[in-house]
Amino acid sequence: MEENITSEKPDESNRRQEYWRRNVKIMLGLLVVWFLVSFGCGILFVEQLNKIQIGGFKLGFWFAQQGAIYVFVVLIFVYVRLMNKLDREFGVEE
Amino acid sequence: MELQTLTYCVVGATFLLYIGIALKSRASSTGEFYVAGGGVHPVANGMATAADWMSAASFISMAGLIAFNGYGGSVFLMGWTGGYVLLALLLAPYLRKFGKFTVPEFIGDRYYSKVARIVAVVCLILASVTYVIGQMKGIGVAFARFLETPYETGLFVGMGIVFVYAVLGGMKGITYTQIAQYVVLIFAYTVPAIFISLNLTGNPIPQLGLGGTVADGTYLLDKLDQVVTDLGFKEYTTQTMGNQLNMFAYTLSLMIGTAGLPHVIIRFFTVPKVKDARLSAGWALVFIAILYTTAPSVASMARLNLTNTIQSGPIGEADGNLKYEDRPQWFKNWETTGLLRHNDKNKDGRIQYYNTSNKEFASVAENAGWRGNELEHIPFGKEAKDAKAGPDNDIIVLANPEIANLPNWVIALVVAGGLAAALSTAAGLLLAISSAISHDLLKGVFKPDISEKDELKAGRISMIGAIVVAGYFGLNPPDFAAGTVAIAFGLAASSIFPVLMMGIFYKRMNRAGAISGMVAGIGVTMLYVFQHKGIMFIPGTAFLGDMPENWFLGITPNAFGAVGALVNFLVAFIVSNRTAPPPVEVQQLVENIRIPKGSAGPATDH
Repeated sequence: MEENITSEKPDESNRRQEYWRRNVKIMLGLLVVWFLVSFGCGILFVEQLNKIQIGGFKLGFWFAQQGAIYVFVVLIFVYVRLMNKLDREFGVEE
Repeated sequence: MELQTLTYCVVGATFLLYIGIALKSRASSTGEFYVAGGGVHPVANGMATAADWMSAASFISMAGLIAFNGYGGSVFLMGWTGGYVLLALLLAPYLRKFGKFTVPEFIGDRYYSKVARIVAVVCLILASVTYVIGQMKGIGVAFARFLETPYETGLFVGMGIVFVYAVLGGMKGITYTQIAQYVVLIFAYTVPAIFISLNLTGNPIPQLGLGGTVADGTYLLDKLDQVVTDLGFKEYTTQTMGNQLNMFAYTLSLMIGTAGLPHVIIRFFTVPKVKDARLSAGWALVFIAILYTTAPSVASMARLNLTNTIQSGPIGEADGNLKYEDRPQWFKNWETTGLLRHNDKNKDGRIQYYNTSNKEFASVAENAGWRGNELEHIPFGKEAKDAKAGPDNDIIVLANPEIANLPNWVIALVVAGGLAAALSTAAGLLLAISSAISHDLLKGVFKPDISEKDELKAGRISMIGAIVVAGYFGLNPPDFAAGTVAIAFGLAASSIFPVLMMGIFYKRMNRAGAISGMVAGIGVTMLYVFQHKGIMFIPGTAFLGDMPENWFLGITPNAFGAVGALVNFLVAFIVSNRTAPPPVEVQQLVENIRIPKGSAGPATDH
């Protein structure tokens, strides 16, 4: 990976763009999940999901009051892992 | 030991702890004052961020809001946590790579414009000052209620404590104090919740207790739905706040507002590396989630306990309602504050609490000889004639330990927790304000050649100034205090968040686009809020009236920040594409912040 660090390599700019493209892809993928668990399950489809009962919870209500929050936490840690891996792959970690 | 003495001891001990920490962590450079030297461990920073973020409103008011809004209260739960995903993915790592001290500084450099920087400072100060007033008020009220000191005394003590650790320690002192404050507040929040969940459902984990069963074998939530609908209230698990679009916009406003609040963003300048900034956002959300997933359990259990206490027997039977003489001790305690009171409209010596606006239930109430809802509260600072139906939202968390008959030390702990939440948020906000003044206005615009020593001094002086201003508004709370937190979010959502995001993700975004976007975003949001709530909140100047039928697509003023942000994005995009692209150096700056490598060590290298 050493060769990517030296400054004026002609393909360096391509590498940077590729890194950024992959970064944006990871981000968008995770944001889709973010949107689905909160706005999707918690608001837009809450009535349909409320017909499913798990234990004492209606599923839609559970997503809105607990589930979405758990998923948010997991999302950030998944992001950390994927980005650390990507940073190493492109040799841009600190 | 008596409750009041015990409360004094617990609160006093926590205050000594905060001051002790402050004395150990004095800031000696601007880097330490603004960003704690950039050397805070991500887990520690996550904990400090959580305390910084969770205000008196999260600690005291949120569970009450959920208790009376049921499913509709979910907008606060999702909105105030989902913003951290946006922060972690869209802002934190890049702003950390940028490696400077403040949010307006990034905006000024990225948009190569002192005007943009000043506009950002104005937004930041407006949003932070309105927010800090609420914290100051919370401190005064907590003292007045539990330590029986005058409101003013409580306020002065609070100001004094913040003064000591924020002015001396700057971000360094604030960070380590906030870690201690997080521990106090989370303990204070979860201990009563565990006991109550255990009492009601037999499950010691409140998050699971919410889905558990109560004594008669039915599920807690089904039971709650049933007892509240029996009294004509809306079903707990399905009642909404406005229409679906409003719930959507409200949640979105709170999310992007959270991600755009400067006192939260600057916390990510304090960690050593870009990857620590990502991780730190994750830990912050873990620590926040502990409280936020406990809150819905506290809310529903409190609502059930309250309803069952008042409506102790079948509806319509003569002895179905609680006799006023037999009211429990906590009821008596809260009566003295006016936040809970009994207005015996049908003179039967018993308390009736039901939904008077439900037409179908009216005949049931009529037959039972009920003459209206008898459980009321007088909003803080108002008179008896302004009494509103139901108990005050804020007593739910504070009265919870008493309702569940928990020992006095738990009650004392809850008071200390509420104070910790208010103090930690106030300190974070004051730091954001003072750094905007000393670093962005003084060093950035008016006196660029100021020495570091003088800048540090200026930082401390502006912090003192900010505390005095916040204290003044705390003593003379403007009428609009309650609506102001929503404004703070609206401002952050409609101005700061969009320009930060576009600054990172859209290289073509230029100065003209950013400035016109910010102005348009704030303009639309403020106009909407003022036309419904009054110009500068002066009653009678609301030219469209605070009436649901006048709301644009049914969106409440509190939820309008999302629309403001949309306007900001659109205006910025259009203007930017019709004006010259940003200079090459700026495009290189954007390229540079997108790559973690080569951040200049801790943010002190400045």
